[in-house]
Amino acid sequence: MANTSTLVKPDRGSILNDPKARSLFYQVVLAAVVIAVFYGAYSNTSRHMADAHIPTGFSFWNAVAGFDINQTLIPYTQLSTYGRAFWVGLVNTLLVAVLGIVLTTIIGFTVGVARLSPNWIVAKVAMVYVEVIRNIPLLLQLLFWYNAVLKPLPAPKQSIQIPGGIFLNNRGIIVPDPQFGAGSGWVGLALLFGIVASFGFYGWASVRQKKTGQQAPVLLVAAALIIGLPLLVFFLLGSPITFEAPVLKGFNFRGGRQIFPELAALLLGLSVYTASFIAEIVRAGIQSVGRGQSEAAHALGLNARQTLRLVVIPQAMRVIIPPLTSQYLNLTKNSSLAVFIGYPDLVAVFAGTVLNQTGAAVQVMAITMAVYLVISLVTSFAMNLFNKRNALVER
Amino acid sequence: MSDLTIGSRTYLQREKNPALPPPRLTSGPLAWVRQNLFSSIGSSVLTFLFLALALWIIPSLIDFAFVKAVWSGDAATCRANLDGACWAFIRDKFDYLRYGSYPIDQRWRVDVTEVVGAVLIFWLLWNGAPRRNVAALLFFIVYPILAFVLLRGAPLIGLPVIDTSLWGGVLITLLMSVIGIVFSLPLGVLLALGRRSQMPIVKAACVTFIEFVRGVPFITVLFMANFMLPLFVPDYLTPDRLLRPMIGTALFSAAYMAEVVRAGLQAMPKGQYEGAMALGIGYWPMMRLVVLPQALTTVIPGIVSTFIGLFKDTTLVAIVGIADFLRTVETARLDPSWAGPTISPTGYLFAASFYWVFCFGMSRYSQRTERRLSKGRKH
Repeated sequence: MANTSTLVKPDRGSILNDPKARSLFYQVVLAAVVIAVFYGAYSNTSRHMADAHIPTGFSFWNAVAGFDINQTLIPYTQLSTYGRAFWVGLVNTLLVAVLGIVLTTIIGFTVGVARLSPNWIVAKVAMVYVEVIRNIPLLLQLLFWYNAVLKPLPAPKQSIQIPGGIFLNNRGIIVPDPQFGAGSGWVGLALLFGIVASFGFYGWASVRQKKTGQQAPVLLVAAALIIGLPLLVFFLLGSPITFEAPVLKGFNFRGGRQIFPELAALLLGLSVYTASFIAEIVRAGIQSVGRGQSEAAHALGLNARQTLRLVVIPQAMRVIIPPLTSQYLNLTKNSSLAVFIGYPDLVAVFAGTVLNQTGAAVQVMAITMAVYLVISLVTSFAMNLFNKRNALVER
Repeated sequence: MSDLTIGSRTYLQREKNPALPPPRLTSGPLAWVRQNLFSSIGSSVLTFLFLALALWIIPSLIDFAFVKAVWSGDAATCRANLDGACWAFIRDKFDYLRYGSYPIDQRWRVDVTEVVGAVLIFWLLWNGAPRRNVAALLFFIVYPILAFVLLRGAPLIGLPVIDTSLWGGVLITLLMSVIGIVFSLPLGVLLALGRRSQMPIVKAACVTFIEFVRGVPFITVLFMANFMLPLFVPDYLTPDRLLRPMIGTALFSAAYMAEVVRAGLQAMPKGQYEGAMALGIGYWPMMRLVVLPQALTTVIPGIVSTFIGLFKDTTLVAIVGIADFLRTVETARLDPSWAGPTISPTGYLFAASFYWVFCFGMSRYSQRTERRLSKGRKH
């Protein structure tokens, strides 16, 4: 130790060539630039807003909105507040996102599997679907569905009737309205119990399989619990849920539930478009499972169905799920295109009408972007957790 | 010779087995049909179902688009024929769809800009072309300036200034895409490098920007560029109404590009960085000469699909009042003098073919490049 103190410190050369000093310098410069830009933007904005008498606070939130929204899932009238309008828009966005995700998953997986079908014509039709749909802008597809398909439908009097009491006309799709009588709560409870019990059974079955290698008929039991149990309760209580069929009275329909053409067009456009991407993800996922895997499974004596269910799909899902989630997020973000066809989603109601009426551009845009950001960040956080749990551990 | 008999069982067979029937055809068209269309009952049902679907859709589409279409005439001829597309309408509106309201006697400037751009892009993308680096330099630096001078005008050289509110149609769509492509790639590379940087502040700034932009819908970015950019900057810097969505588009696709480039950077073996560092070259030469050329070629498919997304997203600029191609189709479609039931389908069919040709072309190019590169990588 004593020797080292006598050593001359090596000459590091100029401070300009010291990587640490350089990195510190660059970062200070960047931070300074960012702060200057933000400060400049802030001072300019506050000056501009003061000049133009733009409200700077959030007091507009509780002011009376005074405009109507044609589709509201939560109570809303012209006398409701802007804050209420925000919630209406958000609920409408979430509605279209959830329905769209369900629909697009069904179409996407079907088309993706069809692309790998041994049947030549099925594979080709799926390919044409993917190549046509994903190369045409979503907005064009939405406008097509809305202006060229749903709007030219006949007036209510000449509605197209679909078996099951469904009517198609230029005011939308009119379906029978479910009426929840006394006791329907029990049916809902049975459904909830069925879902929870199925998860429980699945957990028990997988633990048992790991311990003993025995498999339980999870799918069958889950189907019985989720579909059979509520049906049983439904009939035991004497059919408490009835459907009120729509009836043509004068120029419009009475009864029934109306699905507005805006919602129908948005739902169709979003799910058909996103499905073309999901199909490719599914195809790539299935193809990513090596041939050796299914050959090994056959060699072990598993049949084709077992191979698919126990060997191929679990491995394919690991590849499929991360990009699938980002497609779900894309669908949610793309639902903002609702503004082009007049569906009252968050962007149309809040960043559209409310912004125009209050002029509070900065606050409204900040809130709108924050909502989408929260949805995205929460989803990607959940996704990272999932990836960590399911990542392939090699050696 | 006795039979190999144990107990009452004979283990040696005396007679020949009966001959098996000849194997089914495994080649030729009939065998192909059997294997690929009628391999099982379910498969046969699907074949008939989809064949019926195809035989219904394809002929009716061809009928509508070509056989029964109205190729020339006026609104009355179109209204009389409800079974076919009204191409006369597109022919009438063609110049509007191409240029928007750009003054008629100045439209040659748009043509020149587009032809020069097309030649440069062809030069850049054609594999065997000589001096592609010159093409890159021209396209990424000289061309934007030339396009700006030609389209907007410069009174100094005798080109009158055309206000951007008159621009429209295909011109806007191509302009938006080219601007987005020219700016998003370099910006995306910088952001990706920043995200992988060792410097915490640089990294944090890049991550924040990328995640923020990727987390919000494009429409809100456009709204922000349109309504809030003028509030953010001093009055003398207020951007032109066409420039605002351009800035929004470039920043938006840069964030997506950054993630694509980052994937390429991550896929590079560490040895490449270490080898370059061992040679003693600095950070930027290392990136420019060693890392980026390899990283970018591996992610060409990702880059092209970002371009395709950008091209499709240019349709959204209509929300801030820019008359892009789709917007001009919408305006033309609603022209009362052409009102008729076949007008909307015709307009949408035309617009869809336009976008499809561009997007499909781009994706085919990327697939070909990918195949060529993967061939080169195999030993």
